[in-house]
Amino acid sequence: MDIRLNDEQTMIRDAVRDIARERIAPRAADIDRSGEFPWDVVDLFRKHDLFALPFPPEYGGLSGSALTLDVAIEEVAKVCATSALILVVQGLGGYPLMIAGSEEQKARLLPDLASGAKLSAYALSEPGAGSDPAGMQTRAERHGDEYVITGSKIWITAGGVADTITVFAKTDPNERAKGVSAFVLEDAQHFTANTIHGKLGIRGSNTAELHFDEVVIPAANRIGDEGDGFRIAMKVLDRSRPGVAAQALGIAQGALDYAVGYAKERKQFGKAIAEFQGIQFMVADMEAQTAAARAMVYWASQLIDDKSPDVGHFAAIAKLLAADTAMKVTTDAVQILGGYGYVNEYPVERMMRDAKITQIYEGTSQIQRVVIARDLLRNER
Amino acid sequence: MSTELVDVAVGARIAAFVQDAITPIAPAMARGDGPSPKRIVEAAGEAGLAGILTPEVYGGAGGTHADFIEFIETVARVDASCAVILDVHLSVGTEPLLVFGNDDQKSRYLRRLARGEWLGAFALTEAAGGSDAVSMQTRAVRDGDDYVLDGAKAFITSAGDADLYIVMARTGEGAHGITAFLVESAWPGVRAGTPLSKMGLHGSWTGELMLDRVRVPASNRLGDEGVGFTVAMSALDSGRVGISAQAVGIAQGSLDAALAASRRRAVAELDVDGTALADMEVRTTAARHLTRYAAALVDAGQRVTLDAAIAKLYSTDTCVAVSQAAVDLCAPESAADDHPAAVRLRDAKACQIYEGTNQIQRVVIARNLLND
Repeated sequence: MDIRLNDEQTMIRDAVRDIARERIAPRAADIDRSGEFPWDVVDLFRKHDLFALPFPPEYGGLSGSALTLDVAIEEVAKVCATSALILVVQGLGGYPLMIAGSEEQKARLLPDLASGAKLSAYALSEPGAGSDPAGMQTRAERHGDEYVITGSKIWITAGGVADTITVFAKTDPNERAKGVSAFVLEDAQHFTANTIHGKLGIRGSNTAELHFDEVVIPAANRIGDEGDGFRIAMKVLDRSRPGVAAQALGIAQGALDYAVGYAKERKQFGKAIAEFQGIQFMVADMEAQTAAARAMVYWASQLIDDKSPDVGHFAAIAKLLAADTAMKVTTDAVQILGGYGYVNEYPVERMMRDAKITQIYEGTSQIQRVVIARDLLRNER
Repeated sequence: MSTELVDVAVGARIAAFVQDAITPIAPAMARGDGPSPKRIVEAAGEAGLAGILTPEVYGGAGGTHADFIEFIETVARVDASCAVILDVHLSVGTEPLLVFGNDDQKSRYLRRLARGEWLGAFALTEAAGGSDAVSMQTRAVRDGDDYVLDGAKAFITSAGDADLYIVMARTGEGAHGITAFLVESAWPGVRAGTPLSKMGLHGSWTGELMLDRVRVPASNRLGDEGVGFTVAMSALDSGRVGISAQAVGIAQGSLDAALAASRRRAVAELDVDGTALADMEVRTTAARHLTRYAAALVDAGQRVTLDAAIAKLYSTDTCVAVSQAAVDLCAPESAADDHPAAVRLRDAKACQIYEGTNQIQRVVIARNLLND
């Protein structure tokens, strides 16, 4: 039991833990090796209604609690980071609508995301605009009741499998942040999605490059007003970063759990390596770092649920700490397993590869530091 | 989980106490020529904070551990010496009496401690028994209605100024041969050494406690014979949460100093200062939340051994790293002995050592994970 969770959150965590252990864990190595998008996991999430977690009840969701969602993400990520990312991105793609969508847009689009009938994605990054999204080049030109979108997006998680995609584009190419608007593309609107292969980790996850060649969408699919896009994008990231942090936390916990089990079994010099203080101290530091990451993930998630104005600051802290912790703890887990840790017969090398992306997407760790430092230097606390 | 942690009125009382009683004396405490530890606890008593965990019926504030850590962190942000004096008084100096004391013992001592009339201390460590507390040599021999205590305790916070010591002594062999006693400083045979000259925490007294054929009435035995090690370990579980809060306060105070220096530099380009400041903020914030979680577990009546060790390890490693980074960011002024960042770096180091070194915290954590 964790006193930070209420009864419903504990119940959902335990249920997700069972599903993850029984159904997803046995698939994790194969998902990584094949690099194929795990539609069976999508079906599993649909069957158990897990796609409802990010969404509020009025749109077919559960509680919409960030903390509930994030403990579920953590549980899935303990066994398979790729599968956890499917849950993360279903929320990520839906948040622009939840934050700034019209009632009509929300009522029309969110129920299918909450049921999992449709998958969602969030398209912000471009080949020339990663950490600096205000420098994006994709254009949206107004023609009467329609917009015509032209440009490219890259590193779009689920971009090749999603039906409902939020795309950010410039309605005023002479402006930076102020020129950005948000649009939702539905499956009817055709564009090209090229799946990117050869990733270091989260190999079963679909990552795509999207090309928009004069894609025409109704003006009714603009989210918020013209020029609101950048503000929406940043608000979405405040909301979604704790989810990525929860994924990183789960990766760290999964690696720690595996290393602990291994250290108890593995015998050298006539005793379990768990009896050597050199191993014990590594395990203790891994535990302390993981506990610290969990403290921040839960806190940032709770602040979202409480609608606190401080979410952005603590979301960045949670994301930075959890991602750096996942990298450190998985690297140490590989070390504890030694040669066995380095081969894919054991899961920790996969976990180490999967951890790396958490320091990169949804704002690199360097960008999180900029967000945190700016806030510190601007505000007296 | 609630994001409202401390009662608003308690928080306000703590803030006022720190502003009125601690801030003005912080430089003197750091130099080591401030008021004695007993004066600090008296001042806390006047503010109604010397018995923050003690029930109101015994003259305390009847507060929670959430209140307690808020108090210690807030004090430590300004002065770590005062924080450790108050922490030891409130946690290991009072809590064993709250948990293991009988009604007679509580009615005799708690009120004076809670009002700040008496200063409490905790005497476990010996010169040859630091991390290995069970190897202690101090003996307690039953003699009629008394026990006679003989031995010497080392590195005792507030030794020489405290009025009541909770002393662990050997009544038998091994861990189950240790018994806890309430020993008044005024009793014949109780003597404290001169306070040690320390690297930091100059306002806190640390010294030897000599026990030379001290007659302790059996009515001052705290708990049964042989449960002293349990008393000590339980006190340390909760005490570590307090030290963790002290470390968070030191880290925050260091970050405050670094931020002030960075703002003065008015760096348009954030990169160098910003990266350091962000990492300091992340670790300090995480340490704060680990500490709050451990305190919440204590308040919920749950076992806290593992989470207290995690909080203590993480927070105290953090306060050393953060105070060191603050010295860098505040350079060159921070090379001065009395610079806030320099003071905090010296103070921070003690946190990795006392109430169980961080090596011992790692042993505790690893044991919890690796021994089923």
